[in-house]
Amino acid sequence: MQHGIKPKNVGEIKNASGIGEVGNARCGDIMGVYIKVKDNKIINIKFKTFGCIAAIASSDALCELAKGKTIEEAKKITNKDIIKYLGGDVPAIKIHCSVLGQEALRKAIQDYESKRK
Amino acid sequence: MKVYLDNGATTEVSPEVVRAMQPYFTKKYGNASSLHQFGRETKEALDNSRKVIAKKLNAHFEEIVFTSGGSESDNSAIKGVAYASEGNQIITSKIEHPAVLETCRALEEEGFKVDYLDVDEEGFVNIQQLEKLITKKTILVSIIHGNNEVGVIQDIQKIGEICKENGVLFHTDAVQSFTKVPIDVRAVNIDLLSLSSHKIHGPKGIGALYVRKGIKLNKLIHGGHHEFNLRAGTENIPGVVGFAKAADLLKFKDIEKMIKLRDYLIKELLKIENTKLNGSLDARLCNNVNISFGFVEGESLLLHLDNKGIAVSTGSACSSQSLEPSHVLMAMGLSHETAHGSIRFTLSKYNKKEEIDYVIKQVNSVVQNLRRISPLK
Repeated sequence: MQHGIKPKNVGEIKNASGIGEVGNARCGDIMGVYIKVKDNKIINIKFKTFGCIAAIASSDALCELAKGKTIEEAKKITNKDIIKYLGGDVPAIKIHCSVLGQEALRKAIQDYESKRK
Repeated sequence: MKVYLDNGATTEVSPEVVRAMQPYFTKKYGNASSLHQFGRETKEALDNSRKVIAKKLNAHFEEIVFTSGGSESDNSAIKGVAYASEGNQIITSKIEHPAVLETCRALEEEGFKVDYLDVDEEGFVNIQQLEKLITKKTILVSIIHGNNEVGVIQDIQKIGEICKENGVLFHTDAVQSFTKVPIDVRAVNIDLLSLSSHKIHGPKGIGALYVRKGIKLNKLIHGGHHEFNLRAGTENIPGVVGFAKAADLLKFKDIEKMIKLRDYLIKELLKIENTKLNGSLDARLCNNVNISFGFVEGESLLLHLDNKGIAVSTGSACSSQSLEPSHVLMAMGLSHETAHGSIRFTLSKYNKKEEIDYVIKQVNSVVQNLRRISPLK
């Protein structure tokens, strides 16, 4: 709940190494994740989310989980990790919020990798 | 500070109501169908309560059927008419309460044809469309009186006239408007009307259906000959007594006070940039404020306000199974994003100016905070 009410990683990163945007207004969740990568490591990660408290909390938890990880490690972060990080008590109807978090990070990494090529 | 602004969901039971109900739990507990004095005593309370509700609507004593609440009343009216009639077409609107909408959808599955009227951007049902859609097969028109989400009050006078001219029965769900807007079923040509007690500072689990004399209605609950043989089940006497007591409590000055606070809240909240009032300002329930806050999601806003002790509700559907936002706001032509960012504040006569000031202050700060998080601009 604290992650939803007072998230720590809100914002955008100028000259981000990768950006991942997921969701749509129809379902009420839009999530943008920005990563800064140095030496194959995510040294900074920020988010902006239009969505419910669970979506905001998932975004914030994702940032906490991915910070300092290598790209390979970060790719392995799943929505289950996000739920676990949030204490496990995510209602069934809010599971999709954690999935959005996982997707946003993977998209940001994809964006980073495609830019390097 | 704790501020309850969700009186459209349910209300605090008035102390006068609790006092009136009390004896019917412990001392006057007889079954109103019993012939002995215990029964006669509660039968008298039942009759008196029925008189109170009938008088409020300008209906007759035998036209008031007590039910378990608004949803049962809506179900009884719609299914009751559908199963008792020859025709197979029902006309309703896109902004009905789920108790009406889902009942109609269930009837569609059984082969009935249901038309759902459009509404304009202010939330008024399309009357021309109603006139066009009525056919010889139409058996019932069901249009909500005061909308539960956006507070719009429909022109039931006009709708009643059209139904009468065409010989079609007219049902209205008056759960939100009852006691707040005067209703005269004789002057307005209403055939069936649903009421609920817990929206007007009465207890939960009790409501009523007004059924005009002479209307054939198939009953939903079979059993004893209670409620003029229209609704079986031992009468909920404490509930009935509390409901009748609550129906007589709201005074004109309470309504005036709510309108003043409502308009103040609307005025102040619309000062926030990128906000929009949903629903007509002119024909609006005295206690309803529904505002969309651009770029923020309603459920987030709701939980942040909850964190500050403020209770409201939202048209966002993040917590519902479909994830689709309010069907009412969508029917009024709002975008998904705007509908997801809507908050309903519903006042009661117990709210004070200081509470509204606190709410205005907190909404300002929370909206600002959430917009900082939002990727939308």
